Amino acid sequence: MLHIKCPHCGLRSQNEFSYGGDATVKRPELNKEVSDKDWDNFVYLRKSPVGKHLELWQHISGCRQWIKVERDTLTHEIFKTLKANEEV
Amino acid sequence: MSEKFRLDKGGLINRNKKISFKFNGKKYFGYEGDTLASALIANGVHLVGRSFKYHRPRGFFGAGVDEPYAIVQMTRNNEVDPNVRATEQELFEGLEAKSVNCWPNVDFDIGAINNFLGKFFPAGFYYKTFMWPKSFWYKVYEPIIRKAAGFGAASIKHDKEKYEHKYEYCDLLITGSGPSGLASAYAAAQNGAKVILAEDKSRFGGSLLTSEVTIGNQSGQEWAEKIISELKSMPNVVIKNRSQVFGYYDHNMLVMSERISDHLPKTEKYIPKQRLWYIRAKEVIISSGSIERPLVFGNNDTPGVMLSSAAKEYLKIYGVLVGKKPLVFTNNDSGYETAIEFKKNGIDPIVLDTRKDPNSEIIKEAKDLNINIKPSHVVVAAKGYKKVNSADIGKISDDKKNISNIENIKCDCICVSGFWTPTIHLASQSGNKTKFNEEIDAFIPSKSKQKETTLGSANGIFTLEETLKTSFKKGNELSKQITNKENKVSIPSVVEKKYSNHDKFWCVPLPEGKNYKRFLDFQNDVAVSDIQLALREGYRSIEHVKRYTTLGMATDQGRTSNLNGLQLVSDIENKVVPQVGHTTFRPPYSPVSIGAIVGREIGKHSKPTRKSPMHYWHKKNNAVFVDAGVWLRPRYYKQGNENLFEASKREARNVRQNVGVCDVTTLGKIDIKGPDAAELLNRVYTNAWLKLPVGKARYGVMLREDGIVMDDGTTTRISENHYHMTTTTAQAANVLSHLEYYLQLVWPELNVNVVSSTEQWAGAAIAGPKSRDVLQKLFPDLDVSNEGLPFMGYMEGNLFGVNAKIFRISFSGELAYEINVESDNGNFMWEKIMDIGKDFNIQPYGTEALSTLRIEMGHVAGSELDGRTIPYDNSLEGLISKKKDFIGKRSLSKLAYVAPDRQKVVGVVPLDKKTSIPEGSYIVKDAKAKLPNPKLGHVSASCWSVEYDNPFSLAIIKDGKNMIGQKLFALSPLKNKTIPVEIVSSHYVDPKGERVRS
Repeated sequence: MLHIKCPHCGLRSQNEFSYGGDATVKRPELNKEVSDKDWDNFVYLRKSPVGKHLELWQHISGCRQWIKVERDTLTHEIFKTLKANEEV
Repeated sequence: MSEKFRLDKGGLINRNKKISFKFNGKKYFGYEGDTLASALIANGVHLVGRSFKYHRPRGFFGAGVDEPYAIVQMTRNNEVDPNVRATEQELFEGLEAKSVNCWPNVDFDIGAINNFLGKFFPAGFYYKTFMWPKSFWYKVYEPIIRKAAGFGAASIKHDKEKYEHKYEYCDLLITGSGPSGLASAYAAAQNGAKVILAEDKSRFGGSLLTSEVTIGNQSGQEWAEKIISELKSMPNVVIKNRSQVFGYYDHNMLVMSERISDHLPKTEKYIPKQRLWYIRAKEVIISSGSIERPLVFGNNDTPGVMLSSAAKEYLKIYGVLVGKKPLVFTNNDSGYETAIEFKKNGIDPIVLDTRKDPNSEIIKEAKDLNINIKPSHVVVAAKGYKKVNSADIGKISDDKKNISNIENIKCDCICVSGFWTPTIHLASQSGNKTKFNEEIDAFIPSKSKQKETTLGSANGIFTLEETLKTSFKKGNELSKQITNKENKVSIPSVVEKKYSNHDKFWCVPLPEGKNYKRFLDFQNDVAVSDIQLALREGYRSIEHVKRYTTLGMATDQGRTSNLNGLQLVSDIENKVVPQVGHTTFRPPYSPVSIGAIVGREIGKHSKPTRKSPMHYWHKKNNAVFVDAGVWLRPRYYKQGNENLFEASKREARNVRQNVGVCDVTTLGKIDIKGPDAAELLNRVYTNAWLKLPVGKARYGVMLREDGIVMDDGTTTRISENHYHMTTTTAQAANVLSHLEYYLQLVWPELNVNVVSSTEQWAGAAIAGPKSRDVLQKLFPDLDVSNEGLPFMGYMEGNLFGVNAKIFRISFSGELAYEINVESDNGNFMWEKIMDIGKDFNIQPYGTEALSTLRIEMGHVAGSELDGRTIPYDNSLEGLISKKKDFIGKRSLSKLAYVAPDRQKVVGVVPLDKKTSIPEGSYIVKDAKAKLPNPKLGHVSASCWSVEYDNPFSLAIIKDGKNMIGQKLFALSPLKNKTIPVEIVSSHYVDPKGERVRS
C-alpha cells in the first residue's frame, strides 16, 4: 500500500485516496473548435509510461482535494506531491 | 500410552502439566509447551500423512515453519481448521487432529497405488495425460483431479471465530527474535525508538534456545531471557510472539498475522482468534534466520529422515528423542551438534560426514565423546516404508562420483544437514536484489529497494560474535537517525565453537542398477528425476522448470527445496547458480487463514449500512427492506399475506388514485454556493442554467466527457448564489468528486464551493392527485395552489415548528411534492404526513411501487442511464442546449452517436397483455431466426402497469424512434421465454405530462 504525502494533510495511506489518471492532460477550452482527433486524444488516449508519471489523486477520505503526485510506475517511488494549482 | 521417546528431564516444557489430545482418533498425552509434533514424536508416532502425488508415507521433517510434511486437519472447539502444520500447532487440552490426503486411513491408503504407478506421473503429467479426448477434461479428468488435489478440507460452515485488523506505525520493525533480532531491538530501544519485535514461534530467542554458547557470563538462553524481559518493560517496545510477518509491501508496509488464541482450547470472550497487523515501519530489520538444507539421497522422504537441527530442537526444547538409533548425515559441522546432544542423553549416534578429513573444535569434542564418525561416507538410501528401519551407506570417492563398500546398517532415524539457507523471503519481497554467496552456496540480500536491512544468519553470517556485533551496531545506527538520541550499549563477549568449511556436496549419486526416488520438494513430490526430465524436454528458465515440475510451489514455498533444485539445474546445465537465478518470492511467507485476511468485514460488517431517520417507522410498519447501494430502503410495506407483487401494485395504485408518501432521504444532495454557481451548473449540465430564477427548480442531465450520461436530478435555486442539487442515490459520491475535479483542476477561476449535504436532510415525496390537499394541511399558512407553488416551484415553510423546504417536483409523474427537513426532524415530519394524510387515504410506498410509477411514465433511471447510453438513447435530446458548451458536448457529434438508426428508449407491451417480460430480455425481429439471433436491444426495466393493469416494460432498441407500432419478440434464454410484443411509446401513461402540472 502506497504512502502518499497529501500537501494539505501530510503522509496518509493509499486507501484514503482515489486515483485520477494522467495529470498532464489539459481539457480543451470551452466554446472552442476542437478537431475530432484532438478531442479523441483528450477523451481516450493516455500514455502508459514506465518510470516517472505525473498523476492525479483525490484525497477522498480526507480533505477531498485533488492533488498531483509524481510517481515511478515501476518502483512506486513517489518523488513529490503538489497541490492542484502547483506545477512541477 | 506412555511416552517412550520422552527424556526424563530437560527441555523447556512444563512437566507439571500433562495434556491429553487425540490424533487419528487415538488418545495420547503430552505436556504444556509441546507442539503437536513434539508430543506425537514423544509417543513414537512418525506416520502423520501421505504425500501429495504418490501418497507415500509422511512423517516429520522440521520443527517449525520449515515443515513440508506434517500438515493435519484440526478440530478446535467444534470448528475445523484445515492444513495446520503440526510442528507449529501448540498442544492444548482436548486437541483433536487427523491426517490428510489419505483414504481410508493413514496406515492403509489406497492412493498409495500412485507410488507404484510412479512412471505414469512424471513432471508435467497433467499436461500430457489428460489432453485427449478433449471432452473428457470436464466430465472425467477434472472431477477426479479436483477430488485428489489439495490437503485438508475446509469447513463449509460459517466460521464463528472472530478475527481483527490493526494498523500500527513504528520506527523499527524487527522480524525474528534470535540473536540478531534481540541485539538490534535492544540497541534501538535504548535510543528511544518505537520498536516492534515479532517472533513467529511461542518462545523468544531463536537459535539461542538450542545452541551451546556463552554471552557475557550467561548461557545463550539466559541472555535471551534477560534481554526479552528488559524489552518487555520498556514502553517504546511492542514485543509479540506467535506473530509471523508474512508480507513486505510498498512503502515499508508489512503485514503480520498474530495467532492469539490458536494455542488455547477455545477463544476467550471478547478476544479474537487471530489479528492481522498492518505495520508501516520507518526501518525494517529482517532477522529471520536460516533454515537447514536437506541432503538428497534415495528414499530421503521416508518418515524418520529429518533435518538435524529439528532433531536437536526436539531434544533441547521438548526433551524428545526422534529416535534411539540415530544416524547423522552431514556435510558440515552442524550435524555434530545434534550428535553430541544425542550422546549427552545416553544415545549412541553414528555420524556420516561427506568430507574426507573433517576437523574442527566441535568434531574434536565429538571424537572425545567417542562418537562413531565415518568420514567420506554417505547415505545411499533409507530403508523402511512407514518408518526408517535401516540405511544403505557407502564410501564416496574423492570426486564424489562413485560409491563403494555399500553396507546396510540399522537405524531408526536419519538426521540430515546440508548446511544453511538464509531466509531471504521478506527481503526479496521488498524488492531487494539478492546475490549469490559462493561461500555458503546460497542467496543473501544485497541492494535494498526499500528501507530494510537483513542481519545475522538471514544475511549469511553464521557466527554469533559477528552477528551480535553487527546487530547491536545496526540497531543503534538506524534508531539514532530517527530519534536523534544515542545511548550506546556495550557489546557482550561471546564464547562459541569455531566451524570448519562445509562440503559443497549435496546430492548422493545413484549406485549402479538402483533407481531410488530422490526427493527435492517433499511437499509436492518433486524428485531429481522430474527436474532432469523437464530439462531434457527443453525447459530452461528456472521459472518454467518451477511451473512444469511444481518445484517449490507448495505451501512451504520451497523453504527446504529451492536451493537444491537450483543446484541440480545448474549442475545439469553446467551453469553456476547465480546464472540460473532464483524464482520470485511472493507473500505470504507462510499460509494465512482467510478469516484473518477478511477480519471483521464479514456479513453486515463488510460495508456500512445507512439508514434514513425514518427507518424505525418503516420497520414498525412492516416494511420489507432492500439494499440500495449502502442504504436500506423500504421495498414495500406488507399488509396481511401480501407478496411483493400484490403490495407494490396496491401502493402504486394508491398513488395514482389518492396519495402516497415515499422516503427519498437516500437521494444524493449537494449544497452549492458562490457567485459563479450558476456558471458551474451551466457547464456541467447539458441544458441552460443561467436564467433559472430564485425559488425555481430545474431538471438536469450531466454527461461524462465521452458523452455518456453520468447522472440526472433536479437542482433548485435557493437564493441568488445558493443552489441545492440532487443526484441519484447511486451516483451521489461520484457526482461530488466530478464537481470537485472541475472546480479544483479545470476551472479553478470559478468561485464556487460544493459540499455533500445528503445526510443533513430527510426527504419525503408526497405524490398523487390528493397530495396538494395533504400539503395544504401540513402548511396551512402557505399558498400551495397551482399558482402559488407551480410545477418546479420551491418554497420554504414551517412544519409545526420545524423548518422545511418544499419542492414541487415529481418522479412518479403525478402531482407531487418533496419535503426536506433537517435529519433530526425526519421522523417527526413523516409521522405528521401520515397523520394528516389519513383523511386522504395516504399510504407509504416503497421502491418497487416507485419503480412501477416511473416506468409506466417513461422516466429513465439507473437501468437506462447504465453508463452506456447518451442523452438521445434516453429521449433526453430536448435537454441538450445548442447555444452553450458543456462537459461532454463535443463527444455527442461522434458518428456513432448521430447515426440515423441510433438506439432509443421505447415502451414494450406483451400482445397477450398478461405475460411479464423478464428484465434483460432481448428484443428480436424473428423469434425463430438462426442463432446468433441479431438483437435490436434489451429490456431495461419491467413493471405491472397499474394504470392499464397489464405488464409494461422499457427497452432500449436500435432505431427505436421508427419501431413504434411494430410487432416484435422479447426473448429470455435464461427464463426460456419467447414473448410476442408490441413496441409503444415509452411514455405509456400521461404522455403529455399534464398531471404533474395540474
